[in-house]
Amino acid sequence: MKNKVLKRIVLFPIIAYALLLILLPLVYILFLSFCQNDSYGGMIYHFTLSNYLSIFDITYIGILLKSSLIGLVTTFLCICISYPFALVLRERSKNVQNLMTKLIMIPFLTNSLIRTYGWIVLLRKNGVINSALIGTGLIHEPLGLMYNNLGIIIGMTYTLLPFMMLPVCSATFKIDNNLIEAAKDLGAKPLSIFKNIIIPETLPGVFNGSLMVFMPAIGYFFISDILGGGKAMIIGNLIKNQFLTARNWPFGAAISMFLLIITFLLIYIYRKLGGKLDDLGGM
Amino acid sequence: MKHKTLKNLIIALILIFLYLPIIILVLYSFNTSKMNVLFEGFTLDWYKNLFNNRTLLEAFTNTFIIAITSTITSTVLGTIGAIGLYKYNFKFKSFINLLLYIPIVIPEIVLGISLLSVYTLTKLELGMFTLILSHISFSIPFVIVSVRSTFSKSLDTYEEAAKDLGADDIKTFFKITLPQIMPGVISGATLAFTLSLDDVVISYFTAGPGSNTLPLQIYSMIKTGISPDVNALTTLMLLVTMIILFSLTFIQGRKIVGEKK
Repeated sequence: MKNKVLKRIVLFPIIAYALLLILLPLVYILFLSFCQNDSYGGMIYHFTLSNYLSIFDITYIGILLKSSLIGLVTTFLCICISYPFALVLRERSKNVQNLMTKLIMIPFLTNSLIRTYGWIVLLRKNGVINSALIGTGLIHEPLGLMYNNLGIIIGMTYTLLPFMMLPVCSATFKIDNNLIEAAKDLGAKPLSIFKNIIIPETLPGVFNGSLMVFMPAIGYFFISDILGGGKAMIIGNLIKNQFLTARNWPFGAAISMFLLIITFLLIYIYRKLGGKLDDLGGM
Repeated sequence: MKHKTLKNLIIALILIFLYLPIIILVLYSFNTSKMNVLFEGFTLDWYKNLFNNRTLLEAFTNTFIIAITSTITSTVLGTIGAIGLYKYNFKFKSFINLLLYIPIVIPEIVLGISLLSVYTLTKLELGMFTLILSHISFSIPFVIVSVRSTFSKSLDTYEEAAKDLGADDIKTFFKITLPQIMPGVISGATLAFTLSLDDVVISYFTAGPGSNTLPLQIYSMIKTGISPDVNALTTLMLLVTMIILFSLTFIQGRKIVGEKK
């Protein structure tokens, strides 16, 4: 009897949390996405599919495509930076590996918006990088490093990099050394080792990283706002505007549902590749 | 030899990339020039200025109030929840378990707007309370995952032994369970604290008038013009965060060393 009371006390908070702060908000957004918007920023509870159909408007398709492209380039760059780092460190001692993993994390103890602000100081027309390049005489006119897609990609890659580096490093460090030694003894070239051993062994890790990089990269509106200038729009800006400026919540909710479906699809593939849910977002 | 230099160069370049924006901000917090272009001379004026800038200081305090409150709450709730989900079986348990992964995997913007919608639906006024609630909400699942990784068969055996020797549930929990899972609890708390300080997106949607946090304040300042006080504040924030996190790691380290003795 006493045990039953204890069980209730222990389980009640977590179940209440899961239902009220996770399930309810999502169900409500799903409901909103089928509602109609009146032109005064309110909602009419009348079933419609028009919000979903509006996503396929040519303007929004353009934003979707551009946003996905930025997300893909960012993910690709993060992979390109993470592999060399992980492969070099693989040959070092455990202590060096631990120290380096800590060193990756420290910059991320400051807020991501503050770090993005740091990039403004570096990238703008009279910023540190342009001043240095002009000072050394390498260029005469400042380069347009921000207020364009390049700025967004630099900012996204920087902000999301640890989400790729950590899973790629932990997957790479786990590869059995004997496997690589055996391949070398049998005459495999480095490229072939990379293709036939490293890539297959690290695939769930890379996919985990890609998921944690790509999804934020299409949603982090503050980076495209700050480094992309006013013109640049990614899906995150679109949703933000629907909720805060245009006040068309049902349409914003429909785009959010669209993002959710993509996320769940990617997670399904990740599970099929042999990935564990507990490893996701594991910083 | 040349090969080794190249390898070290790769590591060095990546580390420079990671640290560059932060080093620049820290360096320029001591710069006499207001323009943030060249380093002209050393000064502490921006730090003095900062203590007269009430909006910035308030945002700074709010940020830490939110981070500390939400870390403590989500660590306690997450730890109890993880234990409950490990020990007890009930209907729909696998469904609840699945729900708990959602805040980890879905885009933050979706979590942000869905929380905003529910706050509006339930007529909760946006402010410090909704901010703290939202931060608790996205932190709990990370604490659960972290605590769960410390559960093991040997923990069950110890607990049973304690109960056979006459310890009640409460005593078993504090004497056996908690010390064993402490590393997971502390790393969960560290994660919750870091996530709270780093968050922009969810705070952006769930903050109200009078509950400005530092990132939100800087966000609006970027549009109107930023003074070098912000560099000074960033440096201070980095310092405070590092002190808190290092002491957490220190406690954890001492715990482990203590157990070995």
